[in-house]
Amino acid sequence: MKQQMLKTLGTSGAVSLLALGAAQANDPVSLTIVSWGGAYTQSQVRAYHEPFMEANPHVTIINDDGSANALAGLRAQSQAGNVTWDLVDMLPSDAQLACDEGIILQIDHDEMLAAAPDGTPASEDFLPGSLGECFIPQIVYSTVLSYRPDAFPADNQPSSIADLFDVENFPGRRALQDRPGTNLEWALYADGVAPEDIYDVLATPEGVDRAFAKLDTIKDHIIFWTEGAQAPQLLADGEVAFATGYNGRMFDAIEVEGMEADIIWDGQVVEWDGWVVPADGPNIDLVMEYLYFATDTQRLADQAKFISYGPARASSAELVDVHADLGIDMNPHMPTAPENYFSPIILDNDFWTDYGDELRERFANWMLQ
Amino acid sequence: MAQADAGPALTGASGSGRSRSGLVTADGTPLRRALERAERRRKLAAFLLVAPLLAFLLVVFIFPIGQMMWRSVDNPQVVDAVPRTLEALRGWDGNELPEERVFAALHADFMADAELPRREQKIGPMGIRLNYELSAARGAISRTGRNVESFEPPYKEAFLDQHRLWGDVELWRIIQREGRPLTLSYYVAALDRQYDADGSVVLRDENRRIYVSLFMRTLALSVAITFLCFLLGFPIAYWMSILPMRYANLLMICVLLPFWTSLLVRTTAWIVLLQQQGVINTMLVTLGIIGDDNRLSMIYNMTGTIVAMTHILLPFMVLPLYSVMRTIPPSYMRAAKSLGATPATAFRRVYFPQTLPGIGAGAVLVFIISIGYYITPALVGGQTGRMISNEIARHMQQSLNWGLAAALGTMLLVGVLILYWAYNRLVGADTLKFG
Repeated sequence: MKQQMLKTLGTSGAVSLLALGAAQANDPVSLTIVSWGGAYTQSQVRAYHEPFMEANPHVTIINDDGSANALAGLRAQSQAGNVTWDLVDMLPSDAQLACDEGIILQIDHDEMLAAAPDGTPASEDFLPGSLGECFIPQIVYSTVLSYRPDAFPADNQPSSIADLFDVENFPGRRALQDRPGTNLEWALYADGVAPEDIYDVLATPEGVDRAFAKLDTIKDHIIFWTEGAQAPQLLADGEVAFATGYNGRMFDAIEVEGMEADIIWDGQVVEWDGWVVPADGPNIDLVMEYLYFATDTQRLADQAKFISYGPARASSAELVDVHADLGIDMNPHMPTAPENYFSPIILDNDFWTDYGDELRERFANWMLQ
Repeated sequence: MAQADAGPALTGASGSGRSRSGLVTADGTPLRRALERAERRRKLAAFLLVAPLLAFLLVVFIFPIGQMMWRSVDNPQVVDAVPRTLEALRGWDGNELPEERVFAALHADFMADAELPRREQKIGPMGIRLNYELSAARGAISRTGRNVESFEPPYKEAFLDQHRLWGDVELWRIIQREGRPLTLSYYVAALDRQYDADGSVVLRDENRRIYVSLFMRTLALSVAITFLCFLLGFPIAYWMSILPMRYANLLMICVLLPFWTSLLVRTTAWIVLLQQQGVINTMLVTLGIIGDDNRLSMIYNMTGTIVAMTHILLPFMVLPLYSVMRTIPPSYMRAAKSLGATPATAFRRVYFPQTLPGIGAGAVLVFIISIGYYITPALVGGQTGRMISNEIARHMQQSLNWGLAAALGTMLLVGVLILYWAYNRLVGADTLKFG
């Protein structure tokens, strides 16, 4: 028994040694891809990983759910000189920080990414403003407001961000995320600032005061959530009447789990999410091959079959199809669908990388008061 | 074992006829030296036995703590990135915007940095570092870095055109102040303070102070949790100690059961119980004790943190208490009563003092563990039930301000050590009895 175990250990050791030393094509090799876990990773597995592994049978893709702490992980691996991640899914603001630190690779978008089927180069095909120095977007997601219809009378249902701040007409507790991002934007939006002016106002001390003053009006009615899964849970338990949350999670809770809730698309805060390549990763060439494949027009459109996040390429939009398991048309559930995209607030990552520290302190102070 | 190998077979001094040179062993070495050698070997063997543990502690405990403390003062970013600028800034009085030659030096630093391979570039990390001190400094530096190649003299105007912050004396003061390999500014920030224009340390704006009050809250919560654990754990431990062994063991399993359940499961169970639409509230409403509109808020606030953490940490109080109580002979209480003490007096004067080592050990364990807790407070604490560790974790994982995280962590560590020292002075650490 023991001997057999030792033998197995020996063999698997040899296999991993082989995987490490895989220099020639077709030697077995594994890619460690870091993402957010849950339904999101599943959508990537089905839309990107499985077809890629089918086309390249010698490649095994290992999923790591470490994206929430990817920035710390990237820095720690880089400082230790032992980079084990091949590809990381992260938010553009984190990508910008990692890029400034030089721990992820700069991307030549037209060189490294596939052009659209009609020949449009990648830099023009990806949605405006989405590509970063080191960042390749996959999806557009948004933070939206959702509510329980049964918390309000049928003739007085909330329909806007302003209603979130109106405790007179729409009583009940509100679940907000425990960070300033999105909350400050909405406070100003509800206070009458136009979406395109929000960050100009927020960059001034008076603007920040104004946002916090607006938040003060609902402070006693707030429950703060930290993890993405908490928001739909609070709503499903009836703990709150309103909850903010990521549109994909809300879609999942409403359409897949059958939760009684509606999404308010007014003032949706739109952001990208995408790939970065750790510098000094173990299999850079293969990762580039994967990236070229996984970010082409068809693959990005495919991901929308599994989760309600919009593809980051303009050319993918018309290929968005029905949900792979539910069979419902995914187009109306995309944040970028015209009927949802009427008053979007585009999250300004430069603003948050510059002012984030200060505003987070102020927000933490405000929460504790 | 070493002793057996070295164990010299003694020969009687009188029998060998070498009595003048003192006692010797069978092979003729003087006894003293043989004993010394044996002792040395024994010590070496003992050291070799603890060596793995020592090495383990060094690698996973002492070294990381040292590194953390180092990080809280380490400040290489500015020094590495702009040596020429710092040289040119030497002697600058900090009142007016620096002159052209400083801007020229800055331009030279930018250009030199752009020549380096990307991984070795230092300007980017400097931008992140300066942003901790002044918002938007990162943006100013990265935008300048993108366009710096096209700059023409006079550089001062070129920089000022690029970003308003280059015209802000504050930014230059910060570059000068942080242009040293060691800094105290992480500690200044961790104490809710900042540098003013003269370079003296002053309190921050009221609406940005968080850490000191969080430290206080963490202390208060930990004391409350420790006290609750004592209040709940003492009777359980007492009951277990007087029960026959087999019932006591059964009870022990109940106490230990939470240990075998995942922390997240236990925390989530409390959410199910305590939330407004949860089991307890619904029961109270059904029984008519509270109205449907007045459901109690028992979670997502301080109450939630205290309840969940008391539950999780209770075994750490019960176990040392139980092990101490088990050793107190019941005859002491009987003797006290037979000498005329009431049960209360006997408990207070005879029994309770003997449990103090267990109480001390349990309290120290619970307090020290709870002071560093962060998963449970993050899940059930809402905004008022958070602790300092939540901020440390955030700076470690999200804001990536490891210097500030290290400063906060070092302060927490020093605080715990001071408390332990005070405990030692007041009660005596040698009285602790963990089991």
